Amino acid sequence: MSHDNLSEKMYREHILELYRNPSNFGEIKNPTHKHTETNSLCGDEITVQLIIEDEKISDVKFNGSGCVMSMVSSSLLTDKIKNMKITDVKKLDKKDILELLKISINPARLKCVLLPLDSIKGALK
Amino acid sequence: MGRLQEYKMNKEDFPIFQNHKDLVYLDNASTTQKPKQVINAIKEFYETSNANIHRGIYKLSQKATEKYENSRKIVAKFINASQKEIIFTKSTTEGINFLAYTINSIIPKEKDEIVLTEMEHHSNLVPWQQLAKRKNMKLKFIKVKDDFTLDMEDAKRKITNKTAILSVVHVSNSLGTINPVKALIKISKEKGAITIIDAAQSVPHMKVDVKNIDCDFLVFSGHKILGPLGIGVLYGKKHLLEKLQPFNFGGGMIKKVSLENAEWDSIPEKFEAGTQNIAGAVGLAEAIKYIEEIGIENIEKKEKELMKYALEKIKDIKDIKIYNSEKNSAGILSFNLKNIHPHDIASLLDDYEIAIRAGHHCTMPLMEKLGISGTARASFYFYNTFEDIDKLVEGLNKINEKFNN
Repeated sequence: MSHDNLSEKMYREHILELYRNPSNFGEIKNPTHKHTETNSLCGDEITVQLIIEDEKISDVKFNGSGCVMSMVSSSLLTDKIKNMKITDVKKLDKKDILELLKISINPARLKCVLLPLDSIKGALK
Repeated sequence: MGRLQEYKMNKEDFPIFQNHKDLVYLDNASTTQKPKQVINAIKEFYETSNANIHRGIYKLSQKATEKYENSRKIVAKFINASQKEIIFTKSTTEGINFLAYTINSIIPKEKDEIVLTEMEHHSNLVPWQQLAKRKNMKLKFIKVKDDFTLDMEDAKRKITNKTAILSVVHVSNSLGTINPVKALIKISKEKGAITIIDAAQSVPHMKVDVKNIDCDFLVFSGHKILGPLGIGVLYGKKHLLEKLQPFNFGGGMIKKVSLENAEWDSIPEKFEAGTQNIAGAVGLAEAIKYIEEIGIENIEKKEKELMKYALEKIKDIKDIKIYNSEKNSAGILSFNLKNIHPHDIASLLDDYEIAIRAGHHCTMPLMEKLGISGTARASFYFYNTFEDIDKLVEGLNKINEKFNN
């Protein structure tokens, strides 16, 4: 291969494992906040449901269908924001997502990994 | 292959393949690669003939004008139009937008329906949605059947005396389906509608004769037919172009201007305001010459063989779903692997130097109808080889293994 195998690095086994068994995938019966965000690149949608109590996220679930990158990012991010203060969640950005994923992301796929963050921020608006 | 191999349908003329020796380029429906003849023609234009066209009295400007107008002639002949019927645009999208903004000048007021199909590219959908909103018109869509072809019975129901415009894609960029445009136009003519063909995916791959199809307008892009980016073509029947209002106003499109008023130049200049993409037109003409040397019929034949081979090989891949109308399709192959997102397929194929496109292909309503968010799409051109297809199949098998282990 003539170049770095970026994708090969993206699709590591632990990532694929999380894709097969995502955390927090599903629905909350009576969410206090809910939002669906669409990836303009592919039309994929991710819906985030939250229960907010005392300015903190007490429960979160996501659903929708998407690529490995958006699903894994959703799993990791929803794990991270559980019990977080809303003010802190609002401060999360691209850097935090990349740290969570611990893999280098091909620039063409950035939108995919940022989709759940956009969805969560939409729910908090 | 036999006789076909006598023609130079190989990668040797294409510098991109010298610079990327392992590249398997299967995204030709997005844009094609450029042969050195086209690249050199553009270079030569800038080095030997560059000046602004029309009204230049000096020799260099006359030379540039000659080259530009000669390009128009080559394009016209290629689709069996006359020179005055060819307007240079930026792209297919620009051509359709141009029509969406000007077409009310040639349609009767009592006609208020626009008929499209469910398989239109956004470029032949969104401009008409906007026109419908501006002018309070109604959109109608000819249905796509389960076999990925158009429902012609539905077409007969939807095209009526109220139809002002029929605008249809010739070859679907998502499915590869070749639509029966001649029949659709015949139905529309009987109802007095203006007919428009989006030929972005057909002109590069098959013989398109505007007189035979009998469409009123036809649009395509240069970059999908070996030409440079930023040049496109709008064909219109002479008598309609003469009646049609211009869209861009300014220099180069007028006969006479006073402080308060202006008179338009004759066609096609009336539609080409501002400095045009002269080198782009020259490059497109060179691309067409290249195509003609091979023979568009031979290109069509080769792509059919590639597609037949691809369909044969790909159908045995585990858990593959193919979105293709075998009996009437051009060299576009859309598919999905079960439980693997098309973007993941494209990312992983990229590791094997295989370039395909993945996603909704700017046909979101069609994807919704098919109940999917997108597909992976391999699209061929004559310079592709059977080996390219073998590599694609091998890549897809490896991806399946990776996901399913």
